[in-house]
Amino acid sequence: MRNIIRSKPVLTLFFSFFILNVLSAQTENSSSVLPLAIILIIGILILAVVFLVADNFMQTSLGGSYASSSRDSFFPSLTKWTKPKPPPYVDKEAHFVELKDGFDILLVGQAEEVLLESPRVTRFAVQPKNFRGIAPIPKMEVEIGGEVKAGDALFHDKKAEAIKYVAPVSGEVVAINRGAKRAITEVVILADKEIKFRELPGFDFNQSDRPSFVQYLQSAGFWPMIKERPFDVVPSSDSVPENIFISTFDTGPLAPNQNYIIEGNEALFHKGLEGLTKLTSGQVHLGLSGNGEQPHEAFVNAPYSQKHWFKGPHPAGNVGVQIHHIDSIGRGEKVWTLEVQDVILLGQILLNRKFDTSRKIALTGSISKPAYIQTFLGANVGELLKSEKLENVRIVSGDVLSGKFKVGDSFLNNWDNQLTVIEEGNQYELFGWLVPSSPRPSVSKTYPNFLFKDLKFAPNTNTHGERRAFVVTDQYEKLLPMDIYPQHLMKAIISNDFEQMEGLGIYELSEEDVALCEFACTSKMPLQKILREGLELMQEQG
Amino acid sequence: MGLLQFVKKFEPSKDKKFLHTLYDGFFTFLYTPDEVTKDGVHIKDGMDLKRTMVIVVLAMQFCYLFGTFNIGHQHFVAVGQFTGYFEGFHLKIAYGLIKLLPIYVVTMVVGLGIEFYFASRKGHAIEEGFLVTGALIPLIMPPDIPLLVLAVSIVFAVVIGKEAFGGTGMNIWNIALLSRVFVFFAYPTTISGDEVWVAGLESTAAGSAVDYGWAHNMFNYLFEWFGWSTFDPGGAVTDGFTGATPLALAYQGGWEAVTQVYSPTQMWWGDIPGSIGETSKPLIIIGALMLLISGIASWRVMFGMIIGAASVGLLLNVWGATPFMTVPWYFQFYMGSFFFAMAFMATDPVTASSTRKGKWVYGFLIGFIGLIIRILNPAYPEGWMLAILFMNTFVPLIDYMVLKTNISKRLKSA
Repeated sequence: MRNIIRSKPVLTLFFSFFILNVLSAQTENSSSVLPLAIILIIGILILAVVFLVADNFMQTSLGGSYASSSRDSFFPSLTKWTKPKPPPYVDKEAHFVELKDGFDILLVGQAEEVLLESPRVTRFAVQPKNFRGIAPIPKMEVEIGGEVKAGDALFHDKKAEAIKYVAPVSGEVVAINRGAKRAITEVVILADKEIKFRELPGFDFNQSDRPSFVQYLQSAGFWPMIKERPFDVVPSSDSVPENIFISTFDTGPLAPNQNYIIEGNEALFHKGLEGLTKLTSGQVHLGLSGNGEQPHEAFVNAPYSQKHWFKGPHPAGNVGVQIHHIDSIGRGEKVWTLEVQDVILLGQILLNRKFDTSRKIALTGSISKPAYIQTFLGANVGELLKSEKLENVRIVSGDVLSGKFKVGDSFLNNWDNQLTVIEEGNQYELFGWLVPSSPRPSVSKTYPNFLFKDLKFAPNTNTHGERRAFVVTDQYEKLLPMDIYPQHLMKAIISNDFEQMEGLGIYELSEEDVALCEFACTSKMPLQKILREGLELMQEQG
Repeated sequence: MGLLQFVKKFEPSKDKKFLHTLYDGFFTFLYTPDEVTKDGVHIKDGMDLKRTMVIVVLAMQFCYLFGTFNIGHQHFVAVGQFTGYFEGFHLKIAYGLIKLLPIYVVTMVVGLGIEFYFASRKGHAIEEGFLVTGALIPLIMPPDIPLLVLAVSIVFAVVIGKEAFGGTGMNIWNIALLSRVFVFFAYPTTISGDEVWVAGLESTAAGSAVDYGWAHNMFNYLFEWFGWSTFDPGGAVTDGFTGATPLALAYQGGWEAVTQVYSPTQMWWGDIPGSIGETSKPLIIIGALMLLISGIASWRVMFGMIIGAASVGLLLNVWGATPFMTVPWYFQFYMGSFFFAMAFMATDPVTASSTRKGKWVYGFLIGFIGLIIRILNPAYPEGWMLAILFMNTFVPLIDYMVLKTNISKRLKSA
């Protein structure tokens, strides 16, 4: 904004000269200075009004940003008068952000909040590929046939020996599957009926410093659960985050309800938060939901943390969006992000001294009874869906926007607590682009969807059109509530323009943040892939 | 799925490049492909470029309908026959079709031919860009445009203006306007002056004969058979007819000179000589609303343009040095093609600014400069074409400024 404003007098001058020139050419007979002066003054006023209005529209559409509200605009902001009204349960003093940009994709198959009595899952796996930043062939610490307890080390990265990747359940290591170039893809454990836990040593915050706590967490196997931004990698041992961010709600399609997941784990969650405060030089920030009903007491009254309220459609629940509005990631800064589930796991380690990954997983989408299931980290997907008839469907670990494709005998990814089943869309459709044969989710108002706010869709995986060059503009901006120009960023990545990438905020983004834009993209651009390529480039450059 | 199998039977082999591209183009028009998502999102929005483009084309259809009628209507007004709106309606429509169809066919054949050729050369699918461009070009040409001139202008616009830059989505200037500006500079007599805006007259001088051909005779047979009125080859231009557009009149004598010939209602509804599709304001506004509601066109550009034009109109009203400057600023919207340029030309997403702030600036400056050109340029009293192309040129600069502020803000806060 600043430069534009600085250029305003220049523009005005330019036009004044322009008008002056014309004047002298055309009105040699009329020598009055008065009309000229009036014209100039009105011209300047009009220009100022236009810039004021444009600037204010920008402000409103960004939704009063906490970190950048004061430096965002040159003028007194309209948002001061149109300040968002928080829901009644939000404390008046609390930091409240209302986000306008975004879109909720409503699908059929929301998990009902009950625990299914389902067949016990027998096989679990840790997948080295889930962890970004480690070598494709980690050093194994167990062999096939070996017995492990939950919490025993399975392997470690060759570059960081101290960081242990541990077994989520006890049992026998039955397979070490390898993929391309002998990279280890899965370490599979056949679980015992009764899970045995390795007893962890206790840890006393009062008598220890940060390095020994880090060491403790690394040997306990908790360290890889932490994601470090930028790049979404496993943090290195000496990494100290500026802040730690946790989103306590998920706005993605068919996302599990964190208020249900936290039930019964309140004390563990709070203990986990206490642990996290010992790890950062800054603070632990919780993002709470201002949508709908009041969030769970455990979130609202969570100790050891700063609370920030976010109201708005997806991706308001994405931690990346929340970071942007709390304290955006600057150059050279590192922050950590954790899932609620992992904070509970930390609580288990600190309070019960065991690596207990038991958790509720939401089974969603086109299945007979969408509901939750109690299991452990890395459960086998086929066994979770044993009772379902699966024909011509796609199984996704995570949600349909940023989740990963799973075929047959594979396992839930490390951070996913949701499994989605949707139909494959491998059919031709007569005039499908003009008169679609079935309702489909769309952000576009060329579909009558926007008239039926609560309509839920059963989507399929058809691309609904072919790949094209960028044509439409301002489409991504409407779906990403951050002060970022996604389309220009993507273009900068495609053209390998490092400075531009950094300047346009590539460090603030992760794949899940642009997933909604990719969903809506008229030109069907693979934005998540482009973004990851850009992030990898930046990582290589250091 | 009988149709699908039937259509699939005709698929040419992949080594016949041109034929296969052509087939693929028509096939994907008929059927959405069975392609599914892979690595990335698993579901995709039902919106694609075909749908986007077709909505824009649909939004223009009212202009086509009225344009067809108005070509005929203006012609008959000139020769003093059927001066009421609905008198000789069939003749007016027939006359309009005889003019408009060849223009449309030539536009599509030349434009799509080039598009298909380049798509097969580059080995990618046929892109939908020309659907809109091809629908726009006939609407912004005078009805009497020589078809050869039209064809040459389209070749220039599509080859130099688009394919040279890399195809749909890569061009800097609006293709439709580029073809018009080519005609404007290369064949100025076919697109400026008082002679060209009413079709089918040898000259606008009183008494000059009408120009009917075999197509009109054909329609005459048909209409005689129905017992309706027919084209009269003996018609001649009536006394007092000028053929001048309101803008030309306004330049000479201000608003008074305009209202002596055309009433404001007449101008608003579009019963005036002009380019084929740009005269009827309400119908263009309906199209613009379609684009706004569906979110395809940018309201920022449109509003920016209205503010820009209104402010210049006001400024020049205050100044009032020439007759044209004294035309009340709101009547400026009654004349010329402001609304058409606003709805369909300035909002082209490829050539418009791609940032929100930029869109305001871009729209405002088009309105600002366009009206200055209209009022102060003695050679040609309309400015939108030149203003939009001019601002297209500056779009990268506008966007650069906007991005630069975002970047410097980010780096400063780090």
